[in-house]
Amino acid sequence: MTESAYNFAYLDEQTKRMIRRAILKGLAIPGYQVPFASREMPMPYGWGTGGVQVSAAVLTPEDRFKVIDQGADDTTNAVSIRTFFERTAQVATTTKTAQASVIQTRHRIPEEKLSEGQILVYQVPIPEPLRFLEPRESETRKMHALEEYGLMHVKLYEDISRHGHIATSYAYPVKVEGRYVMDPSPIPKFDNPKLGDMAAIQLFGAGREQRIYALPPYTDVVSLDFEDHPFEASKADHPCALCGAEHSYLDEVITDDAGGRMFVCSDTDFCEARQAAGHTGKDAA
Amino acid sequence: MTPLLSVQGITKLYGSHIGCADVSFELYPGEVMGIVGESGSGKSTLLNCMAGHLKPDAGAVVFDTRADGPRDTVTMSEPERRMLSRTDWAFVHQHARDGLRMGVSAGGNVGERLMAVGDRHYGNIRDKATDWLERVEIDASRVDDRPTTFSGGMQQRLQIARNLVTGPRLVFMDEPTGGLDVSVQARLLDLLRGLVRDMGLSAIIVTHDLAVVRLLADRLMVMKSGRVVEAGLTDQVLDDPQHAYSQLLVSSVLQV
Repeated sequence: MTESAYNFAYLDEQTKRMIRRAILKGLAIPGYQVPFASREMPMPYGWGTGGVQVSAAVLTPEDRFKVIDQGADDTTNAVSIRTFFERTAQVATTTKTAQASVIQTRHRIPEEKLSEGQILVYQVPIPEPLRFLEPRESETRKMHALEEYGLMHVKLYEDISRHGHIATSYAYPVKVEGRYVMDPSPIPKFDNPKLGDMAAIQLFGAGREQRIYALPPYTDVVSLDFEDHPFEASKADHPCALCGAEHSYLDEVITDDAGGRMFVCSDTDFCEARQAAGHTGKDAA
Repeated sequence: MTPLLSVQGITKLYGSHIGCADVSFELYPGEVMGIVGESGSGKSTLLNCMAGHLKPDAGAVVFDTRADGPRDTVTMSEPERRMLSRTDWAFVHQHARDGLRMGVSAGGNVGERLMAVGDRHYGNIRDKATDWLERVEIDASRVDDRPTTFSGGMQQRLQIARNLVTGPRLVFMDEPTGGLDVSVQARLLDLLRGLVRDMGLSAIIVTHDLAVVRLLADRLMVMKSGRVVEAGLTDQVLDDPQHAYSQLLVSSVLQV
């Protein structure tokens, strides 16, 4: 099949319209999970089918697109989704956070502060924060509707009783605008403070679970916690080995089988930009 | 004195079959009401209608709420009813598994109702949970163990602790001693009696075990085929049953 045989951004216009309606509803009710008729996409569930559909629905020919997977632009998932939209939408792509107008992300928020006019699209595996506590969908919907969120704290309670501190380190539940409890997708809790009061639009797409939810710009987002065990945005206690950054989220990379390891920024664009600006860490080549 | 709970003409039909029909009674603060009858007599249907788990086809269940005085819980909104059921009401299931979260530690189980009503201080929640475990005779060192590691009797006591931690005023119990062996039953009954007396609880106990009502209940209703056939003080009904069915029920208990 020739590439021009694809409709712009792969999905047909009726599907895009349906997804846009779900997105608009999600933006109108921040944190509320809007059901939508998720389509089969040419990739397996768990690889970002929800995110891809949301991206396809918001992309315009003028957009510049960036995809990150765990912060990196050069991993399989990021490369294949970027190529997918290059072929089916012919949009310009970039790895520079500041230059992108739509950023699809898997499990990270870029280190660089996003600005108004940008859209951040998250890939979400399990949109329901209460899922592993309450298996019945009918019941979790009722709990959201009636704002019965005591159960969410039971999870945090269990963490503290077992580990002495809140050990949940990713997909850390948040409360949006004092109303809905939301799963921010499996981003590290280090990124949680960036969710709130962000200038960019944040859209969350869960393909297998058929849910879309959203945070409009400058939304109030609070991470749940206990009075005597307050929320803490944690990261590995090291500077980046390549760029020396002290306050970025780090990946631990095993370098040999003799205990050798290095900590590097998970956000590759952020790290490369710092290195280009002359910052160096201890392991910089 | 206002009754804590006033049940007026509760009727629940399953198609043409009667679940329970035209049941009325009043329960005053500190009183324990027993409901006995054989399987299928409508005891559990009645209890579920009162506790808001089933919607009755006719009748009213008027509860004396703390804030607004007597309110009909059948017609009140669902959020209000659910709020009642996690603050002023408690429901003890026959099978502890139905009332507990088996994947959550004992402390988390007891703490859930506290967190549901807005408690957000870990230390306080844990202290209260530990205190309640001791009150139901579970060793405090087991606060972090899951209920799956507990025996049947312990699970039932844990369920009771979990229900009573928010200081409810009305407890619904559905066969609380069912499936436990007799010595464990005796200890559980002893515990329940102590808690009911100490906290001044009102309770409605559904059971087919006459010994349970003899020990716990002040008043007794005998149900048959969905209807109340006899009601009165427990000792009066058990020692001098008037209705033929009550007589059968009392005489069918083996005297050891």
